[in-house]
Amino acid sequence: MAFFQMKKMILAWTFRTPVTTKYPFEPRKICPGSRGRLDIKISDCIFCTLCAKRCPTQALDVDRENKKWHIDRLRCISCGYCVEVCPKKCLHLTGDHGIPTVTKDMETF
Amino acid sequence: MGTRTIIPFGPQHPVLPEPIHIDLIVEDEKVVEAVPSIGFIHRGLEKLVEKKDYIEYVYVAERICGICSFIHGQTYCQGIEEIMKIEVPTRAKYLRTIWGELSRIHSHLLWAGLMADGFGFESLFMHCWRVREEVLNLIEATTGGRVIFGSCKVGGTRRDIPAEQMTWLLAQLEVMEKEMQLIVDIFMNDSSVKHRLCGVGVISKADAIALGAVGPTLRGSGVADDMRLLKYAAFGELDFEPVSKTDGDSYSRCAVRCAELFQSVDLIRQAAAKMPAGEIAVKVTGNPDGEFFSRVEQPRGEVVYYIKGNGTKNLTRFRARTPTFANVPPLVKMLAGCELADVPVLVLTIDPCISCTER
Amino acid sequence: MIEEQTIIAVMPETLVAEARKMKEQGYRLVQICVTRLGEELQLDYSFDLGRKFINFRFLQPKNGARVPSISGLYWCAFTYENEISDLFGVQVDGNALDFKGNFYKTAMKHPFIQDAAPAPVPVPAKPEVK
Repeated sequence: MAFFQMKKMILAWTFRTPVTTKYPFEPRKICPGSRGRLDIKISDCIFCTLCAKRCPTQALDVDRENKKWHIDRLRCISCGYCVEVCPKKCLHLTGDHGIPTVTKDMETF
Repeated sequence: MGTRTIIPFGPQHPVLPEPIHIDLIVEDEKVVEAVPSIGFIHRGLEKLVEKKDYIEYVYVAERICGICSFIHGQTYCQGIEEIMKIEVPTRAKYLRTIWGELSRIHSHLLWAGLMADGFGFESLFMHCWRVREEVLNLIEATTGGRVIFGSCKVGGTRRDIPAEQMTWLLAQLEVMEKEMQLIVDIFMNDSSVKHRLCGVGVISKADAIALGAVGPTLRGSGVADDMRLLKYAAFGELDFEPVSKTDGDSYSRCAVRCAELFQSVDLIRQAAAKMPAGEIAVKVTGNPDGEFFSRVEQPRGEVVYYIKGNGTKNLTRFRARTPTFANVPPLVKMLAGCELADVPVLVLTIDPCISCTER
Repeated sequence: MIEEQTIIAVMPETLVAEARKMKEQGYRLVQICVTRLGEELQLDYSFDLGRKFINFRFLQPKNGARVPSISGLYWCAFTYENEISDLFGVQVDGNALDFKGNFYKTAMKHPFIQDAAPAPVPVPAKPEVK
């Protein structure tokens, strides 16, 4: 039975720099390969609507006649299914998290 | 004979990670009886199979719970693969094993922090979660998400771990193992921790089997039963023996979870050394027709999925019996006769994951 | 194939006797599960001993299903029996800890055997102000 078993750890951490990042004064370290916000290169898109059909939450809406691509940011779960099925590989997931939003509307590209 | 008072515990309480309601019938600081009540986050996920086809349903199955998320996805994929007789490539089996064990380390570190918080040891809670951040970094680097992995699919896995990333992962695990040893030493040897855990919530071996306990709750009472002995995924080729302790109190359940932390690190090292090169997924065509009870060891115990398909792309029935659901009767039995101050320790010792219980 | 799973068909009347045989051999109760197959309910009682898996199965009608309770033998069955009576409307006779429909708090009773969401109640028209 040991008393105050934690003293070694507490003493060591008194003199070390804290592990917490001073966000927002310091930028957040983005991990490569992290699944964040969905981005599209609209010039490559052929409007085949495969991504909208495969989206599990129906967050994508593709307008073939008017050549418009809409995404509902609040519905997107960053699963990456659309990135896998796109035949032209114009979709990719960036590493940063989404921008805060106050309204539930579709973003158009 | 003192007067009896009923104290409602939960659903909002500082020690509870998730909402559960227990009515404690108290007589002068001693709990005489406890009546549980659930249903605060029932989302009806089992009924969603009627709307989502069986390939999309992996995303729903993963989101039944945040802590045991990957293993839910793995159990679902395994069940569908057994029904459709799909042979998953060996590399995918090893990858699933590695991610499953990383998920187990994450879950046990999270539990250790919550347990320390439950009996008031805030600085130990903060240190446990500091080490947990390192596991989350490993998971994010290999799968893309910190909590919801999104890397399991029917027929294999969606992502691969290349060789340099694997070397980096093993180097990080070595650093982490030293930190975990410091924390486990405090849990096992510190006198104030032992005061709160030893002798609290004793379940005998016969009681544990009769009450249907699973996971560390069962292994802390001397029954060395673990679903990983079924040799699913890559466990048939790894050297594995379940950890069990015989005392049956909260201290031995804590000891089982701490020992499993190091066992998971060892299993990841073994799997990384034996993993063959090859494909990570096979193409899946057709629809499931048949039924299977898929059983896997989650960090909290045995999870059973009953999956039934009838040849269409929507399943007929998906039923998840999660380990916390099976651990509720032992909890009710343990609470009868305990002191009022021991209630948070007892609720946390079964590792409650209420969002799993009430999918 | 990961494991062999035995499924045995029984009658509701012999359920308690089969459960007693399981208890004497040391099996533990794994789960009780209900599946809706059209107008019938399929009930599955699963037991396990050292990873040997046995399942008892029988059918009941969708409305008015009635089963005897095994909580006299396996006390832990009370959670499963409350769940099947709350979600599927199966009447369980002799449950050791019966919550009488209050275990799960749902918006509609017996949600898993309903076919569609109930029609919204029409709001009566407001009287005209003269």
